[in-house]
Amino acid sequence: MPIRFDRKPGLVVYLTAGDPSLDATREIAIAAIDTGAAVIELGVPFSDPLADGPVIQRAMERAVARGTSLRDVLKLASQIRAERADAGLVIFSYLNPILRYGLHKFADDAAAAGADGVLATDLIVEEAGEYLIEMARVGLAPIFLAAPTSPDERLEAIATHSKGFVYAISRVGITGTQQSLTSDAASLVARIRRWSTLPVAVGFGISNSEHVAQVGQFADAAVVGSAIVELIERSTPKTAPGAVARFIKGLRQPEAALAR
Amino acid sequence: MAALLELEHEYDAAKADAAFQAELADLLHNFAGRPTPLYFCKRLTEQLGGAKIYLKREDLLHTGAHKINNALGQALLARRMGKKRIIAETGAGQHGVATATVCALLGMECVVYMGDVDMARQELNVLRMRLLGTEVRGVSSGSKTLKDAISEAMRDWVTNVRTTYYLLGSALGAHPYPTMVRDFHRCISIEMKEQILAKEGRLPTAVVACVGGGSNAIGAFYEFIPNREVRLIGVEAGGCGTELGQHAARFRGGEPGVLQGTFSYVLQDENGQIAATHSVSAGLDYASIGPEHAMLHDSGRAEYVSQDDAAALDAVVKLARTEGILPALESAHAVAEALRLAPTMAARDILVVNLSGRGDKDMGILARELKIQGA
Repeated sequence: MPIRFDRKPGLVVYLTAGDPSLDATREIAIAAIDTGAAVIELGVPFSDPLADGPVIQRAMERAVARGTSLRDVLKLASQIRAERADAGLVIFSYLNPILRYGLHKFADDAAAAGADGVLATDLIVEEAGEYLIEMARVGLAPIFLAAPTSPDERLEAIATHSKGFVYAISRVGITGTQQSLTSDAASLVARIRRWSTLPVAVGFGISNSEHVAQVGQFADAAVVGSAIVELIERSTPKTAPGAVARFIKGLRQPEAALAR
Repeated sequence: MAALLELEHEYDAAKADAAFQAELADLLHNFAGRPTPLYFCKRLTEQLGGAKIYLKREDLLHTGAHKINNALGQALLARRMGKKRIIAETGAGQHGVATATVCALLGMECVVYMGDVDMARQELNVLRMRLLGTEVRGVSSGSKTLKDAISEAMRDWVTNVRTTYYLLGSALGAHPYPTMVRDFHRCISIEMKEQILAKEGRLPTAVVACVGGGSNAIGAFYEFIPNREVRLIGVEAGGCGTELGQHAARFRGGEPGVLQGTFSYVLQDENGQIAATHSVSAGLDYASIGPEHAMLHDSGRAEYVSQDDAAALDAVVKLARTEGILPALESAHAVAEALRLAPTMAARDILVVNLSGRGDKDMGILARELKIQGA
């Protein structure tokens, strides 16, 4: 399925796969899709998640301790795809597990699992030659991160080589919740649009309906990660899908948020 | 990424700036104590009966290790870039102390990240940094050692990138760090070459250095790379066994991979998770190795071996009691290799060991491991 944001702003929901278990992640993903997530980002647990704040670090540490591997995450992706044909599905991974799996085999298997795109967090577009060829070969959308500090020539390369959507980082820094959005995000999105007609999703620090509504004023989608991962951390495997569904419904009340 | 591009640009400009180079040279001489002696170990050579053993005395530098070379260079670069806040990671604490020292000298704010495990085993260096006015932040994630300190420093850097300079202490990380760190330590092999030619009239048979990230080793090797007759020997931490998790010998158990922005050999499991490492020396206890060492390994120009915890401890005692020199546990791995190698070589052969640091910081571990009685 191509990645589409029919409702604006669209919601991209990040989940660390395997936290608290692969079955739970599957149920949570289905619940998220059914309550309006346009895209699910399945995070591959990694021992050294450099770009992540404490919440996702803890989730990854738990999932790594359970032995969750890239192979498991691809299997999980195929299960979600089998149950929900229309949702966007992105594999979110640090580069090392992909390299260890083998880039060529990874591309084959991710495409076969029904994923739409891949976000390799610590792969910069300047070093992505071989990766881009592999993604194109199997029809997967490569998604790159654009930062407020990215100069024009980098933004152009990021916008040109991304497919599916361009991921705009709302502020400098790592993943994690924040009180309010900075003006960085809106100006970054405007700059990205100079080079790309793709949808732009804004992530890092988006944690409530107010943020989502704000993002909706200048971007196509909001990525919610740490807030949901933290909610899962506080829930039990049984209660997590329901809690996430309620949270996502709450994110979808922009009128109420803006009136506040 | 933008910050790395800016850094590369600024570094290139500083390299060509005579005033920058003159200030660095002055500080290296008058503040740090360069050039360091090349010392002939007469008694050790006689006892081992083989190659002549020389020590490059980086341990005599201010703050007690080679790390000050790079800390001075990068801190001057940070000042040139207008950055007022410096962050650094440290394993054994030697890079942290060097950075804290240079920040005190230049009047800059300094935050050092250090794994909780390393803080406990290198407490003396924690105290030194704090005395120097640096904020030491413990890192409790992952293995609580150097790897996790680097991750946390990188997280700080991306968050505060507009005001902060990341003073990386190993020949690691994304470009231009490995090149820059190597350049600032290149003085080690430049001096070594001049000194050995003056003393012996010829180049050494082999240069031996310990390798964690690889900063002292690349500095000690660099000028000899074109001299193919000089063997370059890097010594990794063999730890306490050969299983994954018991050592930090990347060339023995590692596979190519990406950790913290560097493509190099990485100790990892079959799923690409970074493996735990072990070494008695905090400074060698890291799952990856500087990318230039990976290149020297693959091209065959340098050889990489390992020495284990026990051999390093024995080497500390041997050097202390034969020459009156107490090496850092990191450097003791290089000494251990020299102790093994020298008797297998001819009397006309010359071994130069880069003694990258002194062992005062390790007294707690040494007292415990060697059962030395205190008061």
